[in-house]
Amino acid sequence: MSTDNTHAAGTAHVAHHFKDATQQYESGKQGIWLFMMTELLMFGAIFVAFAIYHRLYPEMFAEGSKTLDWKMGFTNTLVLIFSSFTMAISIAFIQKNEQKKAIFALATTILCGAVFMVIKYFEYMHKFHLGLFPGNFIDVAKIGAEHANIGMYFGFYYAMTGLHGIHVLVGMGLITWVMIRTIRGEFHSQYWIPVEGVGIFWHIVDLIWIFLFPLLYLVG
Amino acid sequence: MMWFNLAKAQSFMPSQATEIAKQVDNLYGFLLIISLISCVIVIGGMIYFVFKYKRKTANDKTAYISHSTALEFLWSFIPLVIFLFVFAWGWYVYHQMRAMPQNALEINVLGKQWAWEIEYKNGYKAVNEIVVPINTDVKLLMTSSDVLHSFFVPSFRIKQDVIPGRYTAVWFNADKLGEFHIFCAEYCGTTHSGMIGRLKVVSLEDFNKYLEEGQEEGALPLAKRGEKLFALKACASCHSTDSDAVKVGPSLFKKFGAESVMDDGSKVKVDENHLRESILEPNKHIVKGFPKGVMPTFQGQLNENELNALVEYIKEMK
Amino acid sequence: MASHAHGDNYINCEKGLWSWLTTVDHKRIGLLYMITVMTFFLIGGIMALLLRLELFAPNAVQGVGGVLKDGNVYNQVMTYHGAIMVFMVIIPGIPAILGNFFLPLQIGAKDVAFPRINLLSWYCLMAGATLALLTLFFNKVDTGWTFYTPYSIRTGASTVLMVLGAFIMGMSSILTGLNFIVTVHKLRAPGMTMHRMPLFVWALYATAIIQMLATPVLAITLLLLAAERLFGVGVFDPKLGGDPVLFQHFFWFYSHPAVYIMVIPAMGVVSELITTFSRKVIFGYTAIAYSSLGIAAVSFFVWGHHMFVSGQSETAGIVFSFLTMLVGVPTAIKMFNWVATMYKGSISFDTPMLYALGFLFLFAIGGVTGIMLATLPINVHFHDTYFVVSHFHYVMVGGTLMSLMGGFFYWFPKMFGKMYSDSMARMSFVFTFIGFNVTFFPQFILGAMGMPRRYFDYIPAFEQLNKISTVGSWLIGIGFVIALITIIQGLRKGEKAPANPWGSKTLEWTVQSPPPHHNFDVEPVVTGGPYEYR
Repeated sequence: MSTDNTHAAGTAHVAHHFKDATQQYESGKQGIWLFMMTELLMFGAIFVAFAIYHRLYPEMFAEGSKTLDWKMGFTNTLVLIFSSFTMAISIAFIQKNEQKKAIFALATTILCGAVFMVIKYFEYMHKFHLGLFPGNFIDVAKIGAEHANIGMYFGFYYAMTGLHGIHVLVGMGLITWVMIRTIRGEFHSQYWIPVEGVGIFWHIVDLIWIFLFPLLYLVG
Repeated sequence: MMWFNLAKAQSFMPSQATEIAKQVDNLYGFLLIISLISCVIVIGGMIYFVFKYKRKTANDKTAYISHSTALEFLWSFIPLVIFLFVFAWGWYVYHQMRAMPQNALEINVLGKQWAWEIEYKNGYKAVNEIVVPINTDVKLLMTSSDVLHSFFVPSFRIKQDVIPGRYTAVWFNADKLGEFHIFCAEYCGTTHSGMIGRLKVVSLEDFNKYLEEGQEEGALPLAKRGEKLFALKACASCHSTDSDAVKVGPSLFKKFGAESVMDDGSKVKVDENHLRESILEPNKHIVKGFPKGVMPTFQGQLNENELNALVEYIKEMK
Repeated sequence: MASHAHGDNYINCEKGLWSWLTTVDHKRIGLLYMITVMTFFLIGGIMALLLRLELFAPNAVQGVGGVLKDGNVYNQVMTYHGAIMVFMVIIPGIPAILGNFFLPLQIGAKDVAFPRINLLSWYCLMAGATLALLTLFFNKVDTGWTFYTPYSIRTGASTVLMVLGAFIMGMSSILTGLNFIVTVHKLRAPGMTMHRMPLFVWALYATAIIQMLATPVLAITLLLLAAERLFGVGVFDPKLGGDPVLFQHFFWFYSHPAVYIMVIPAMGVVSELITTFSRKVIFGYTAIAYSSLGIAAVSFFVWGHHMFVSGQSETAGIVFSFLTMLVGVPTAIKMFNWVATMYKGSISFDTPMLYALGFLFLFAIGGVTGIMLATLPINVHFHDTYFVVSHFHYVMVGGTLMSLMGGFFYWFPKMFGKMYSDSMARMSFVFTFIGFNVTFFPQFILGAMGMPRRYFDYIPAFEQLNKISTVGSWLIGIGFVIALITIIQGLRKGEKAPANPWGSKTLEWTVQSPPPHHNFDVEPVVTGGPYEYR
């Protein structure tokens, strides 16, 4: 298949249906942004649902929010913001043909993702330990909650952070993939669009967390 | 408005039993005529052109007409005006439908799989039957105990979803005596299509009498109520109650506590649960010697109280 | 066109099943979609026939349970008919089969922007459909294709599996839309400005925008529904303070635009057919092109017209009714412009044109009944009755499916390099067209009389019209069987098709039939509009 045409190192891969590298680059970039828009809309809808119920049951949401540890959430926010930074510089390094540094930056990004997930794991475990399960699984009498439908708050908590967590995992997988391809020397100053695409994805995942964190942890 | 009603007569709408129904039908009649005219223009124009400009030779030359701003403006503007007119008219009628009258007679309606449970202010309860006085504002306060239902009376042109966890309301003022269908219009499971009730419009005196009698009936002993239901549901036309004589179905005389042989050869003791099953799912097990599929199901047509009463009545056939 | 040696086109350039399953050629992927969609259509169609058969007579006449035994079986068949036809047939129908095949050809591109993602989206459809149909072997789903809560939460069916299937099929739809938008923006041939694009491309472009903007909301809604069933999160469950009506808002926020995903491409096909077979430039190119975008834009603000009796506020009802009326305007422009295109044309009656005329006829009826349904008090009476069933079948089957068939017969020579039997194809049209009206016109009357939809049984007053409707469904069945035979015969024994059998002006007809592997041996340079019949 000519789509897999590999040109000599130092020039771009141009798939057969593109005229030149610029056209390919611009198409790729537009595609990625469009996909990101669908991601934002998907999370947007769940934010809307959250807002509606927050307005209906403000006290119940406040009670739920108190069970969250904002320090852990805040640490995670810092970790993700830092990882966005390392992701961004990795692209800059590739553009300057400094692959070694880029690989280091990418590895740091993956590590940050892992740290985020580990902290998330401890948060979840702590909640499970306290019996703070979503919806039907919560035993309101046992945890002594004031609001009988507190399960809904945890329904939102787990649905939103869970969906976000899945995105972090997918992002880590994608970064690993571009890192391996960087090690193989497939990216260079003429061709880096997959790295940039994965980077944009990672920033969006980060951005969503920046909205999730105050909504869940801080807004009482 | 004569021609609206002419259109209405051709439109197969059900009988008009409220003032609102007449208004809805007038609007519908207007729309039918407008629709007919636009279909004639579009489809007629199409058919005319198709024959007028039929291809004659393989190399026909055609006119090069790319657009006409005036025409295109015209045929977007005229529909827009019509649509807005229809919208405004619709708004006017809809507002009347939704504006709840003051001092209306309130009746509670509970939708459940698959029956309508009606409760009047004096505590009398009925299933699948609403009796209302003529020329009176009636407001139904509705909720559901399980899933979504929708309360639909075609002759009144009213419909309102019935939602678990909250009340919805609908009102009407019937100006015609008679019996009208109540359908469930929101899909609610297996017997969705069987969730049919009757809405009876009666005179005010009859309505008051109905409520009184209903209340008295509620005070009767269980077995007596069962007896009444047995007659009401015409059970006696197939099941004898005072001898072993076989009519269409097996006799119920002295059956309680006895054993029955089923068509698959198994023996079943006739107890309360067997009676219940035989009423609600009559074709699940059939007594040997009787054909399947004759007895209709009463699933959704009897509430728990009525079932109790029937079972009690059958128990006492000694 | 000069005759070509063996192996010169996209069909015979590679051989073997594996070459088809791993292909990234948009034309081959179009054919993969064609086979898939036709299969699903067959299954969904048989289910439709079963439903009509059950409704041939009320149960009082047939004895308890008709063909389908009881209400449960009926509800399951009704659910699968809806889900299959919507998610697996009509949504992917025109964009994924004809769009995939002809969008790149019509704008002079060698492929879509992301060929591998294009293949992935076919696999997404297959995976999603497999998941959804797997439920047939477990607890069959009986929620209706709309999955309304709280019924979908309470029922014992394997709703989660079905919903995840629909989620993955949504992915497929998003990826196709994404591909089309980028292709249109970035891969047009030199000289192919936006305003020189064929109207089919414009329609696909508008469709793709809706696919991108609406489907994510469906995705999250379905995920929340799955979470609701698995963990009882309470978002849609009144038991935990959730609101079952919120589900309807979310669902229709996707599913109303989705009906335009289904019908706008059909309008695009009809624009192509009418101009070609009238041999005349399209009347009001700009208006038709932009009205697609207009419909797409307004479609996001009308979802509430599915919920006039759901208990939403009076104000909401009025606003949604108003906006729905506005959607009527761009649709009306299209209708009038198509008819105007025929004025002083040279109209031939080839099969594709018959389908296009059938589309105009049925869509006109579907359109005016749509205005009736948008009118608030009338909607209150017609909501959830057979009037609605009939209206959307007029628009979806009479509109989209007619146009899909028309487009298919139009492009068949290009896709396979063979001609089909014209008389057979016409016969299939006559049967489907008459059968369609016999089936669905009585349903308008049934709805007016007050017969609610999704009914397994009905009162005796509705019997006559239901009988007529059922007989009509057999005619449709015969029509599609004839169409299938026509296609198979055409594929096996059809005469060799010339490059441009209809005298069309768009780019896909400038290449040989079937097209070469890379579409254009020499990159085309466009110098004028798409329909220059002078």
